[in-house]
Amino acid sequence: MSGNSFAYSEQAGGGEATELGQEATSTVSPSGAFGLFSSDLKKNEDLKQMLESNKDSAKLDAMKRIVGMIAKGKNASELFPAVVKNVASKNIEIKKLVYVYLVRYAEEQQDLALLSISTFQRALKDPNQLIRASALRVLSSIRVPIIVPIMMLAIKEASADLSPYVRKNAAHAIQKLYSLDPEQKEMLIEVIEKLLKDKSTLVAGSVVMAFEEVCPDRIDLIHKNYRKLCNLLVDVEEWGQVVIIHMLTRYARTQFVSPWKEDDGLEDNEKNFYESDDEQKEKTDQKKKPYAMDPDHRLLIRNTKPLLQSRNAAVVMAVAQLYWHISPKSEVGIISKSLVRLLRSNREVQYIVLQNIATMSIQRKGMFEPYLKSFYVRSTDPTMIKILKLEILTNLANEANISTLLREFQTYVKSQDKQFAAATIQTIGRCATNISEVTDTCLSGLVCLLSNRDEIVVAESVVVIKKLLQMQPAQHGEIIKHMAKLLDSITVPVARASILWLIGENCERVPKIAPDVLRKMAKSFTNEDDLVKLQILNLGAKLYLTNSKQTKLLTQYILNLGKYDQNYDIRDRTRFIRQLIVPNEKSGALSKYAKKIFLAQKPAPLLESPFKDRDHFQLGTLSHTLNTKAIGYLELSNWPEVAPDPSVRNVEVIELQAKEWTPAGKAKKENPAKKFYSDSEEEEDSSDSSSDSESESGSASGEQDEEGDSSEDSSEDSSSEHRSDSESVSEVGDKRTAKRNSKSKGKSDSEDEEKENEKSKTSDSSSTDSSSVEESSSDSESESESESESESKKVTMVRDYSFFQLRINTFEKVLLIADLEGLNLSTSSSVISVNTPVFVPVKTHVLLHRMSGRGLAAHYFFPRQPCIFGDKMVSIQITLNNTTDRKIENIHIEGKKLPMGMQMHVFNPIESLEPEGSITVSMGIDFCDSTQTASFQLCTKDDCFNVNIQPPVGELLLPVAMSEKDFKKEQGMLTGMNETSTVIIAAPQNFTPSVILQKVVNIANVGVVPSGQDNIYRFAAKTVHSGSLMLVTVELKEGSTAQLIINTERTVIGSVLLRELKPVLSQG
Amino acid sequence: MIHSLFLINSSGDIFLEKHWKSVVSRSVCDYFFEAQERATEAENVPPVIPTPHHYLLSVYRHKIFFVAVIQTEVPPLFVIEFLHRVVDTFQDYFGVCSEPVIKDNVVVVYEVLEEMLDNGFPLATESNILKELIKPPTILRTVVNTITGSTNVGDQLPTGQLSVVPWRRTGVKYTNNEAYFDVIEEIDAIIDKSGSTITAEIQGVIDACVKLTGMPDLTLSFMNPRLLDDVSFHPCVRFKRWESERILSFIPPDGNFRLLSYHVSAQNLVAIPVYVKHNISFRDSSSLGRFEITVGPKQTMGKTIEGVIVTSQMPKGVLNMSLTPSQGTHTFDPVTKMLSWDVGKINPQKLPSLKGTMSLQAGASKPDENPTINLHFKIQQLAISGVPRSLHSKTF
Repeated sequence: MSGNSFAYSEQAGGGEATELGQEATSTVSPSGAFGLFSSDLKKNEDLKQMLESNKDSAKLDAMKRIVGMIAKGKNASELFPAVVKNVASKNIEIKKLVYVYLVRYAEEQQDLALLSISTFQRALKDPNQLIRASALRVLSSIRVPIIVPIMMLAIKEASADLSPYVRKNAAHAIQKLYSLDPEQKEMLIEVIEKLLKDKSTLVAGSVVMAFEEVCPDRIDLIHKNYRKLCNLLVDVEEWGQVVIIHMLTRYARTQFVSPWKEDDGLEDNEKNFYESDDEQKEKTDQKKKPYAMDPDHRLLIRNTKPLLQSRNAAVVMAVAQLYWHISPKSEVGIISKSLVRLLRSNREVQYIVLQNIATMSIQRKGMFEPYLKSFYVRSTDPTMIKILKLEILTNLANEANISTLLREFQTYVKSQDKQFAAATIQTIGRCATNISEVTDTCLSGLVCLLSNRDEIVVAESVVVIKKLLQMQPAQHGEIIKHMAKLLDSITVPVARASILWLIGENCERVPKIAPDVLRKMAKSFTNEDDLVKLQILNLGAKLYLTNSKQTKLLTQYILNLGKYDQNYDIRDRTRFIRQLIVPNEKSGALSKYAKKIFLAQKPAPLLESPFKDRDHFQLGTLSHTLNTKAIGYLELSNWPEVAPDPSVRNVEVIELQAKEWTPAGKAKKENPAKKFYSDSEEEEDSSDSSSDSESESGSASGEQDEEGDSSEDSSEDSSSEHRSDSESVSEVGDKRTAKRNSKSKGKSDSEDEEKENEKSKTSDSSSTDSSSVEESSSDSESESESESESESKKVTMVRDYSFFQLRINTFEKVLLIADLEGLNLSTSSSVISVNTPVFVPVKTHVLLHRMSGRGLAAHYFFPRQPCIFGDKMVSIQITLNNTTDRKIENIHIEGKKLPMGMQMHVFNPIESLEPEGSITVSMGIDFCDSTQTASFQLCTKDDCFNVNIQPPVGELLLPVAMSEKDFKKEQGMLTGMNETSTVIIAAPQNFTPSVILQKVVNIANVGVVPSGQDNIYRFAAKTVHSGSLMLVTVELKEGSTAQLIINTERTVIGSVLLRELKPVLSQG
Repeated sequence: MIHSLFLINSSGDIFLEKHWKSVVSRSVCDYFFEAQERATEAENVPPVIPTPHHYLLSVYRHKIFFVAVIQTEVPPLFVIEFLHRVVDTFQDYFGVCSEPVIKDNVVVVYEVLEEMLDNGFPLATESNILKELIKPPTILRTVVNTITGSTNVGDQLPTGQLSVVPWRRTGVKYTNNEAYFDVIEEIDAIIDKSGSTITAEIQGVIDACVKLTGMPDLTLSFMNPRLLDDVSFHPCVRFKRWESERILSFIPPDGNFRLLSYHVSAQNLVAIPVYVKHNISFRDSSSLGRFEITVGPKQTMGKTIEGVIVTSQMPKGVLNMSLTPSQGTHTFDPVTKMLSWDVGKINPQKLPSLKGTMSLQAGASKPDENPTINLHFKIQQLAISGVPRSLHSKTF
């Protein structure tokens, strides 16, 4: 039925069209002037009719045709009144097409466009989020200044919408409104500020985009959201990632101090060579104080790393430039592999990536050297790609690889693509100047090319040879003679000019040929190119000065020719030369020096990369590609001398948002998926708890500050451990028993050895065992505990606004802590015996400085005792000092943000701490054998301070007693991949037994293995969490070298330990 | 960000324009045409062209230039990557992306573009989301729409847009649950005259076709994951899991998608399964040259080599070629001097060869170098890098 009607309307439409056509031609239309356009008019009349029909299908058909017109760029603006009527159509497709039309033409028909506004205002209140969003999109896309207030209102409302999709559109609308009316800036910044706090990954990219466009200088808006953005980054959609990464790069350059200086001395010197002076000065200044990377800086670098594996080239490039601009130089290397991978992509992507690699490879050859062959030119590459690849190959050339490269270049020279062949010759020239070993080889190769049949190749060779000879003014008479002969055949002006210049410069070396060349050139002077003419004049002048007997007449003839040349430049030059060289009564003092002027030693040209000056642009930007500043380019600032206050990025915990966006039920629905993908990083800042619930704060095992430095860390502990993957619920009773089992009674199922140790522990508290680190059972405790924790948390989150607050404290802990304190006090006397630490360093680390802790100071150190809270934990002792003049009450730990799998046992809340008082408490952290940072908040009654603990790798170990035989046996099983080694060079006095022993045990908590050989020192330990063996061997060799070998299954820890031990052992 | 988009065909006609901000006159494309003229070949047109007030970023695919106009600083790869995504989306919607197809479906194209960008910033680029918003045109749907009066445009926000798995729509149901994975590897090698390999790289992709009900969570592990040292993933793959366990764990999109691509670099030299024997000689001052090439298998592990195509760009001096192939068909285009020989399957017993003479331009000197030969071939069921996946398990 409706099919029929459609068919009918089609017919009807067609019929009308023809009718109308007849009308238009038959009747005398009032707008006779439009005769020319009558066919257009006809069509439009017909469309109008269709739009006014009451059938949706006809309307839709009309709209489709209109959109087709728009797409082709035909003007359809006169249909505006007819179209705008349909803005309220029920049919969603018609509505969409009307929107398309409106956005295109509203600017031209402002008054009529106003008719549609009320429809949008109504749609903004629609229960369907898609309709709300698209209404906002269209409303903000209509560029009619009158509706600015309406837009502003709509944006404000939408920015508090329940649906993140609508909020995303609001962020887009901000930019539109700003471009329409920049005066709204202040109000818009407020909205941006609000949206920046949004936790939805959907919104993040768009709002940062708005930030970049509206107020890129308001860096202060980012502070509070910095950590959140870093943590959300992996989950933001790819386009948002690009924008956020670029913004954070700029942010990092203003907020952190340079991580670069430390590498300066150690690494290559070429870097210094390229760096500008003031940068260096800045660095030497900073060298005085030791550099510690801000944990937030580290956070950014770490969280962007996985994005190098994105499928989106723009994301990979964005991460690459971030690493290039803000990471320590030693870490930049990881981006090269990903960039090389992008070279397999489309031509356009290759083009941009190669440009960036070219810039990077100038400064740091080493990065791309292993990938040299990836830059070999393929015959199928477009010319522009070939030339960029050549550029990179040149940058990468060094003494070691130049011979293979030259062979490769030989093939390129023969390419049929002549532009490419010419570029190759240039490249050979540059390699020849850069690498002195091959200069002669290159030169002779180039001379061979002079006999090439292709003129472009020959000409290019001539130009390059000229430059090379200029740098080596040695005996190259033969080459010059050879080139002089070429003058007869070669026609390319640049090449001819080069030869002439070369002969002029070396006219005394080829005294016979030069005048003859001049004679020939004098004959053909009038037919030469301007460039060649100038060089003929030069040659004449030089010969006149050196060999005036033979060439006086010739030169004067040429000067006469030049005097009447058409080109004023040549006439000028002629006059100038004549005055200078031909002595006459008018000539001044200058002519006496003519010879010096013309035949002065000229500095050789520097053959430089065209990419050399591009590094002042941020990589990956349009400006870098174009090598000019594009509109809207934001400079990357230099590193600040002193880092601005890092605490601005700390976020307050309790700050309630008045309005709740998402109903609890919905939040729950979103939760599980969120948990999957975001690695459950969560912000401790929760300015608005409602949106928090959306992003699953229950699984907050924030890796936020892992690996950060330990400058500001804190002591505190929470009663339970986060396990984001805990799912099953266990009862509280179970939990308690489990805990009691594992803690007070010891491990029921552990080995005999352990039991012994247990005994010894009770008898002598100072020699607590290390065996509690055995991989025993005992996950049950921590897991069940954390489950109830996260369970309870979920409840709090949804119901309460203050999450992270509920804690379950068990009574056992009080007792245990008391125990532990007793233990720790007695550890100061360290005896060298098995299973106890050989040495306990007294070094303490700052957890919370009293300045940032408002009077509360905290220090921590590693007592190197097995932790009594759990055998996979590392025990940490925290000393709290009250430096204020009032009591500090209720010191406790909150808001733990632990990376996956890490667990933490907190100390019991401290009721109060007297002024000038200090207290020492213990806690345990299971670092899962990684050096990731444990972050948490140290809270008092009034304040909360973010602190973090990052363990040195040596503290993740427990000493092991072992015989030499066992050691060798174990070592024999841990070879290959499990072995890392390095060579240490140091003065002999550093290799005395006591020094080595002292140094090793200072760094790492290892046990000494008795050794039968004098020159070998062995140490054994096991990792706290997994109990894997860690065998350290120091073998003294001839001279002042030693071999440091580490055998372990945990290769990561092994290599980190190796890195830490090496500098210590080698320094005096 | 992206101001406007122009689609230009190879003859220089703008056949579609779309603006996301205020209208940019199409005269801006004149700068592009200028650059196009300067670059003799389409693929030599620079991807970034500055003009006094705008910047033109273009990609060239399927004989169409997609030219984006931008006004302010933006990472160029952002725009380029997006344009490629647009092309991929069109291909996904219409099967092919060509000028006539785009012209025929101009309304759908316009609707899709409208959804993909808002104010020049990407809004929805996942094809699963787009397909829910604007359904791809099929004959069946057109018929249904005419009868029922329904439209191609969805009126609900696709669920994917809001979730953290935007690539998957909810409520997928299949009676037969199936998942297919194709491992496709390409070797790219440069081989010198004497037949020794200069560089060889393997570029592999795993394309998947997953038709599973609900929200499946898949894991996929490899026999030899260490070979995959350089990979890029579809956003659905969990980075952390890969980093720690070398296991691919993901909630797949519905339908066809590229799960990952990897790159095995030149360090581990690869055995090229094919060889080419060539004997091409030009003689000075003779108008005839000899041409002979033979293709044969080498280390194919018993697999047949299929779809062999040999192409070669002959030097300018070659006027024509008279050749006889032992199998397959060959063509020589005297204008572009491109020789192409479609060999088909290689039979190891009887090696395919192409023999004959070239007629050279009289008086022209002989070319410096023999022409480069490009060889394309396919081998089914052989992973050269040696990374077969071993196991995949599903959990629902």
